[in-house]
This record gives sequence, structure tokens and C-alpha cells, in this order.
Amino acid sequence: MKARVTVTLKNGVLDPQGKAIVGALGSLGFDGVGSVRQGKVFDVELDTKDRAKAEESLKAMCEKLLANTVIEDYSVAID
Amino acid sequence: MKSAVVLLPGLNRDRDMIAALTKISGVAPHTVWQTDTEIPDVDLIVIPGGFSYGDYLRCGAIAARMPVMQAIREKADKGVMVMGVCNGFQILVEAGLLPGALMRNASLKFVCREVKLEVTNANTAFTRGYSHGQIIRSPVAHHDGNYFADTETLARVEGNGQVVFRYAEGTNPNGSINDIAGIINENGNVLGLMPHPENLIEAAHGGTDGRALFAGILGVAA
Repeated sequence: MKARVTVTLKNGVLDPQGKAIVGALGSLGFDGVGSVRQGKVFDVELDTKDRAKAEESLKAMCEKLLANTVIEDYSVAID
Repeated sequence: MKSAVVLLPGLNRDRDMIAALTKISGVAPHTVWQTDTEIPDVDLIVIPGGFSYGDYLRCGAIAARMPVMQAIREKADKGVMVMGVCNGFQILVEAGLLPGALMRNASLKFVCREVKLEVTNANTAFTRGYSHGQIIRSPVAHHDGNYFADTETLARVEGNGQVVFRYAEGTNPNGSINDIAGIINENGNVLGLMPHPENLIEAAHGGTDGRALFAGILGVAA
């Protein structure tokens, strides 16, 4: 089973990298970019075929390692 | 005073830390490897700086999940002093032993320079070698030292006097909230700081301002 975990900064947490990207996009002529928030994507392959179990397991992985829940939110999408 | 230095792949300030502890206390620290589940009977455990696991995922994230951290958590719960410097500070926040998070420097640049620090709480087992409000010099070298905590956590940390070092005189090198350079836990036995006091302990370093931190912790004359 394949899944995609997306980790993004929580609202209110400053993202200097996102701001630098907005600046770079502007210098390339992409006007009208209000903001960019940079995040991370993890493509995970699991042995199980049980969707519920997979989701539970992925959430535990996010809580324990993939995300720092002090500053980041996460979402899990299973194929 | 017996101490131990934690070793993890990718750390590079371990030798400096061992040298500082040895020179100031006269006794070489024990060394503890990341997979060790038992730590010798010591009064102080130090996690030095560097780039554990290449800063993969997040700085300190992988190191914080190594078996030795469980042993450190148990020691800290019993009141043993724990100090994390630079990557060591990042590891302590990732492990949840200190509140908040350390994010990418606001400038997005690696900073390697000298800063000024204000000792904002000298009434701790770590900072008793300094006086309240004292300004000291210290080197910094990091890419992710931008301390962040949510409003509620920050108010608690500030209210409890847990901020022990602040960047002073406009030298904040990383955008850290409230100029925070170093914090302790609520019990006062876990310290994390981004600057490198171990690199300013003898004349050959160009100054000795870091010496009083170790002398205070180790209970010896600076």
C-alpha cells in the first residue's frame, strides 16, 4: 500500500524559506504571488493491505518522527 | 563532579567539549554512544554540537529518537544535570526535554561569528558562575538556531525565568524570538543553548568568558 504524508508549517509560524521563494518568483517575473509556505512530502510504502491499520500507523509515524508537532501540521493520504 | 559526553554520528564538537570538561574539572568525562541504554553514574551529561545524522529530516530529529535519549530522559527525571550545546540543544527540544523548536535562521544563512550574551538568570545550577545581567562574549556556528515557541509556551518559559541567556546588544544572529539564546527546563536541571561556551575557555581561544559556565556547573574555581 502506498501513502503520501504531507508536513507543513502551522499557521503563525514564520517561514523564511517560503518568503525567499516568493522573492525569487517575483524576480523571475511571476507577479501576484501572495505567499508561499514550504513543506515536506514523504512517499511511504507499507506492507499491510488494511487501510485503517495503515492510517493509524502513519499517524503514529507523524506524531513520533515525521513531523515536529510544535511547529508543523501533517496530513496522510492513502492511495 | 563526574560527567559524560554523548557521542552520535555527525557530531563534531565532541572533542572540544571533552577538552573543556577535562581542563576545567581536571577529570576526563565518560563517553556514551548513541546505542547505549545505560549511562554511568554522573552528575552532568553533555550533548555537544555538530550535525548529527547530517541534519536529515530536521536538525536533531533522528538523534533525539536514539536509544541513549531514553536513558538521558530517565537521568534527567532523577535530577541529573543535562546540557545540550548547539546541535545538542536542537536534540533536546526534538526529544521534548526542553520546550519550543529551533528553526532555520531568519537570514537563511549559516552564521559563524561572535555574539554577546546577557545572562538573564544567574540563579541556576548552570549559570551560577555569572552574575545577573552580565554580558559575555561567545562564538556561535549554526544554520538552525532561530528559537520559536507558541505564545502560551513562550509566556510560561519567560514567566518561570527559564530564559537564561539572551543575545545582547543587537547581536541576535538568527531571528530567535525574544533574543532567546539558551533556556532551562522547569526543574532547572536541563539546559540548552545555541552558542559554544566550550570554545572560549582559555587565552588561546581569544577569551575565557565561557569558562564560568563550566566552572559553575562543575563546582570548581574558574
